[in-house]
Amino acid sequence: MTVESGAATTAALTLNQPVPDTPDQAGEFIQLLTPEGERIDHPDYPMNLSAADIRSMYRDLVLVRTIDTVAISLQRQGELGIWASLLGQEAAQIGSARALGPQDMVFPTYREHGVAWCRGIDPVKLLELYRGVSHGGWAPEEHKFHLYTIVIGSQTLHATGYAMGIQRDGAVGGESAEAVIAYFGDGATSQGDVNEAFIWASVFNAPIVFFCQNNQWAISEPLEKQSRIPLYQRARGFGFPGLRVDGNDVLACHAVTQKAMQAAKEGQGPTLIEAFTYRMGAHTTTDDPTRYRLASELEVWKHKDPIERVRAYLVRTGQAEPEFFAGVDAEAKQVGARVREAVRTMADPPPLAIFDHVYAEPTSILRAEREQYAAYLDSFEQEAAR
Amino acid sequence: MTTLTLSKALNAGLRKALENDPKVLIMGEDVGKLGGVFRVTDGLWKDFGEARVIDTPLAESGIVGTAIGLALRGYRPVCEIQFDGFVYPAANQIISQLAKMRYRSRGHVSLPVVIRIPCGGGIGAVEHHSESPEAIFAHTAGLRVVACGDAADAFAMIQQSISSDDPVIFFEPKRRYWDKGEVDTANGMAAALPLDRAKVALEGTDVTLLTYGPLVRTCLESALAARGDGRSIEVVDLRSLSPLDMDTIGASVRKTGRCVVAHEAPVYAGLGAEIAARITEQCFYQLEAPVLRVGGFATPYPPSRLEEYYLPDLDRILDGVDRTFGY
Repeated sequence: MTVESGAATTAALTLNQPVPDTPDQAGEFIQLLTPEGERIDHPDYPMNLSAADIRSMYRDLVLVRTIDTVAISLQRQGELGIWASLLGQEAAQIGSARALGPQDMVFPTYREHGVAWCRGIDPVKLLELYRGVSHGGWAPEEHKFHLYTIVIGSQTLHATGYAMGIQRDGAVGGESAEAVIAYFGDGATSQGDVNEAFIWASVFNAPIVFFCQNNQWAISEPLEKQSRIPLYQRARGFGFPGLRVDGNDVLACHAVTQKAMQAAKEGQGPTLIEAFTYRMGAHTTTDDPTRYRLASELEVWKHKDPIERVRAYLVRTGQAEPEFFAGVDAEAKQVGARVREAVRTMADPPPLAIFDHVYAEPTSILRAEREQYAAYLDSFEQEAAR
Repeated sequence: MTTLTLSKALNAGLRKALENDPKVLIMGEDVGKLGGVFRVTDGLWKDFGEARVIDTPLAESGIVGTAIGLALRGYRPVCEIQFDGFVYPAANQIISQLAKMRYRSRGHVSLPVVIRIPCGGGIGAVEHHSESPEAIFAHTAGLRVVACGDAADAFAMIQQSISSDDPVIFFEPKRRYWDKGEVDTANGMAAALPLDRAKVALEGTDVTLLTYGPLVRTCLESALAARGDGRSIEVVDLRSLSPLDMDTIGASVRKTGRCVVAHEAPVYAGLGAEIAARITEQCFYQLEAPVLRVGGFATPYPPSRLEEYYLPDLDRILDGVDRTFGY
């Protein structure tokens, strides 16, 4: 699996021709920073980041990887029920999320820990969900970051509807323009909801960016089970632009997202971004990828690590001193320790919390069940007190 | 008071809601220029524009999914699902997304979305156009499920549903769209019966007939016919299917001591089962007979030439009533 090989063709297919491309061959591929940490100039994406910006992105990359590592070990220790690792996808998430304005709305899957970090969600809130203490529980509007969505692709329609709301609020164009970004994976592109979202966004010209992290695997199913053409090329059939970016290149992910969000805000409608990346870990902590993929594939992708290339670039260009890296590592340790401690001491909600927030006001049926169950629980306490 | 068909009463209620709150939107297939296949949204597109009365692409999951997004943005979308049998493509968006968002967010998110569904049979339609899927939604926590049975309720309940901060599945008895009734369109909603309350549509003393939606009229006709036999039937229009108004139901059954539940949906695991169980728990010592159910069979909806045998009619309902006197 090489990402550089294979020429993309968008020529029309005929019945007699084989499909000319396979989904994992790259075709066009926007890259601004090579795996070796060398900057590549791209005419459409001039560099607009300062050394401080890139150092700050590096910090984000390291911290979210740390949180991810801590979460995996917490799951192994029985402190979390499950965890969906973002290992390998840090650049796609940090790059895209750092391109958003505070007014922009995010609709994540359940793996967008890096995006959540950039939106100011306390990682402990994410871990609540995976510990089984809540189903999320942060205030989506406060962070402009919707709840994690587990049913694959469902959130893309919510994102599109939200973008239609932005249009109705007159918030397209001008200084205070807003847009929406919807995250999803390669597997999700087979879902009806994602295809419906593409259609809705297209015909209503909604201000939305569809950000697909193609991490090559939908649990055990490789990309060729989902598509016969590169995913970004699907956008063409829906009537809006699609492009593929090196998903392990934080600078490129930032640049393409910024441009697509700007286009959405200016009223140019949706864009599909396919961030070509790789799920380095298991689907979740319940999964065993050795059953379905080769270790050699992992080795190839290890050389494309999203963090190492930024470090190499910062070192080579003298934009960061050793003290900077030591400082980030120390901060990572602190953040990891804080998250670990917070999860270990996290209290379970009280049993009667089961009945909260089903409706704006509890219904008569619900009130009766709650009262009955409270009395039942009380009966044990009374027994114990006797 | 104005005389309106049930369809026109819904139309008037939707118009009021659009006038009173700029956040109210109508969306669905053919709801715009055409005014809906049953003309319930007739004239609204012309008067409120395409930004508020939205002709959507033809995909039910998309309708409900984008309505959720609009509600997250502060809008109050009213979705039309063209026919009962077409709601299933939207099942994930309704059951897993819409119904659970408040709970999942621990109260941070409110989704005031109304999903209007013309329901039930009796119009000679092809398959998937005559179903009664209310039990599926009543079984889903987080949804309110209501059914209007007459024009006055149609006018009031659609406005109450739109004002509700909970998602509401709103069933409209399609074969009653053309039934006329007196509607008070001039006064506000303050005097209207709350959305979660049942109403006694006809008082009686011998047996309670519980029903909703399309069978309200059938049950009223049954009660009038039974008077000839000297039998006094109380008809209760449930209106709210989730939550059930057990206070009104219980009061009636305790008074009469007998009860028949009638709905078009299959009896098996239908709403009548839940109602019968609750009545048994709450009115056990006042019951003279078990709660009986009259409804659709445990079959798919039949071809329309057979629907008169499938749908509970006056005779089948009175047969049920007779059987409760056999104990």
